[in-house]
Amino acid sequence: MPTDRYSLFSLLREGLRGNTGWKAAWRKAAPAPAYDYVIVGGGGHGLATAYYLARRYGGLRIAVVEKGWIGGGNVGRNTTIVRSNYLLPGNEPFYECSMKLWEGLEQDINYNAMVSQRGVLNLFHNDAQRNAYIRRGNGMRLHGVDAELLDATAVREKLPFLNFDDARFPIRGGLLQPRGGTVRHDAVAWGYARAADRLGVDIIENCEVTGIRIERGRAVGVETSRGFVGAGKVGLACAGNSSRVAAMAGLRLPIESHVLQAFVSEGLKPFIDCVVTFGAGHFYISQSDKGGLVFGGDIDGYNSYAQRGNLPVIEDVCEGGMALMPRIGRVRLLRHWGGLMDMSMDGSPIIDRTPVDGLYLNAGWCYGGFKATPASGLCFAHLLARDEPHPVATAYRLDRFARGAVIDEKGMGAQPNLH
Amino acid sequence: MRLTCPFCGSRGLEEFTYRGDALVRRPAADTSLQTDAQAWTDYVYLRDNPAGLHSELWYHGVGCRSWLVVTRDTRTHRVDDVRAASAVAAERSGGAA
Repeated sequence: MPTDRYSLFSLLREGLRGNTGWKAAWRKAAPAPAYDYVIVGGGGHGLATAYYLARRYGGLRIAVVEKGWIGGGNVGRNTTIVRSNYLLPGNEPFYECSMKLWEGLEQDINYNAMVSQRGVLNLFHNDAQRNAYIRRGNGMRLHGVDAELLDATAVREKLPFLNFDDARFPIRGGLLQPRGGTVRHDAVAWGYARAADRLGVDIIENCEVTGIRIERGRAVGVETSRGFVGAGKVGLACAGNSSRVAAMAGLRLPIESHVLQAFVSEGLKPFIDCVVTFGAGHFYISQSDKGGLVFGGDIDGYNSYAQRGNLPVIEDVCEGGMALMPRIGRVRLLRHWGGLMDMSMDGSPIIDRTPVDGLYLNAGWCYGGFKATPASGLCFAHLLARDEPHPVATAYRLDRFARGAVIDEKGMGAQPNLH
Repeated sequence: MRLTCPFCGSRGLEEFTYRGDALVRRPAADTSLQTDAQAWTDYVYLRDNPAGLHSELWYHGVGCRSWLVVTRDTRTHRVDDVRAASAVAAERSGGAA
């Protein structure tokens, strides 16, 4: 009998059997004629949605349709950072819900996602930034979330090699969220896929949605490259391609798709034991368990579906890195890639019904979708099953733009390429 | 990616600032927010966001400081056309620049 559950015992047993007995992580499912729920998009959010739907609202027929392969999209194209250091009331409870789910994820789905709460440190460089971070930290603590303000001496003890006395951007301190950290992104995709599969979810890869069938104002299924799949309800979790898929149902979204680049260096001995962000530019860095420096910065800033960016942003990111920690100047780049970001007009996500009955939308994650994966899945599953928003996601309504109730965490206004 | 400014020639991307979809139209000044809020919502928030040819505004801030209308394929970043926004506006209104 194939080995299914991962444990120390099964590891030993399979080690002695030459690892020949492991069951496939998920079945290669073919589409059935109809399901209760069809989730479009087999990324982290889509898979998490299917998992929580199956787990919490049992007895349902659920399919996830994915045009490519599991782990090939943004869930494998991010910098793996998780945190819940948000300021606004509409955001902070949601991201803290996500943080708590990360903390219990591995036991929940029986998969080693390498959740590492190594801390996320946001540096500040002047008095105004210190005040802003004090405010943010207080906001977090009022929501019961951990936040610590470090002065320059405390930061120096933690990361002595930073460029503290830079003439232009001296480091004055930082806001630390000790429970933040990193999670192995591919393992999140595989783990949710496997856990959903075990609960009977059909994960249908290489199945591109080409249309959304609407009858008498209600979505009744999706046209795909592998035929029509009927659905009681259709949930869209298509990240950078949200506008294209929503357009199949005649919807225009408050979203632009942009490209974000990220980078990994050659492997080095461990020297950065947390996630660090540079406050005077846009640069964030952590060190993977393999030793590579994982870092990134701003989006390129123009509409793109190309999954690759341009050189000016690479230069800008590297300048930020050099200003923050000059010792990485001679490190060689190993890989770099681009992913599609569904940049919403206020920088916050949407988890809501659409004007089409039976069609639900999960989109607008900007470049912060990875950390939200568990809560996004949980809240979208709640919305799909109950037809009402989950209590921590009540602010993420699609009509908030028309109502003027935007959640503008960054204070940038209706400008997607600045969030 | 480089843009060929009609006034300055081929220049690197770092000289330009992006300002989004060139096809959105601001409602007429007398459009009431009370009676036609949807027109303002469309203008401020909603975008076609196509995968393919996209007409978009760029500002050549480090060069001639002209506003440009660029036609670009968002799937490949291939630039098909760059025109001065003033010329595009004049053509649309049917008059001279």
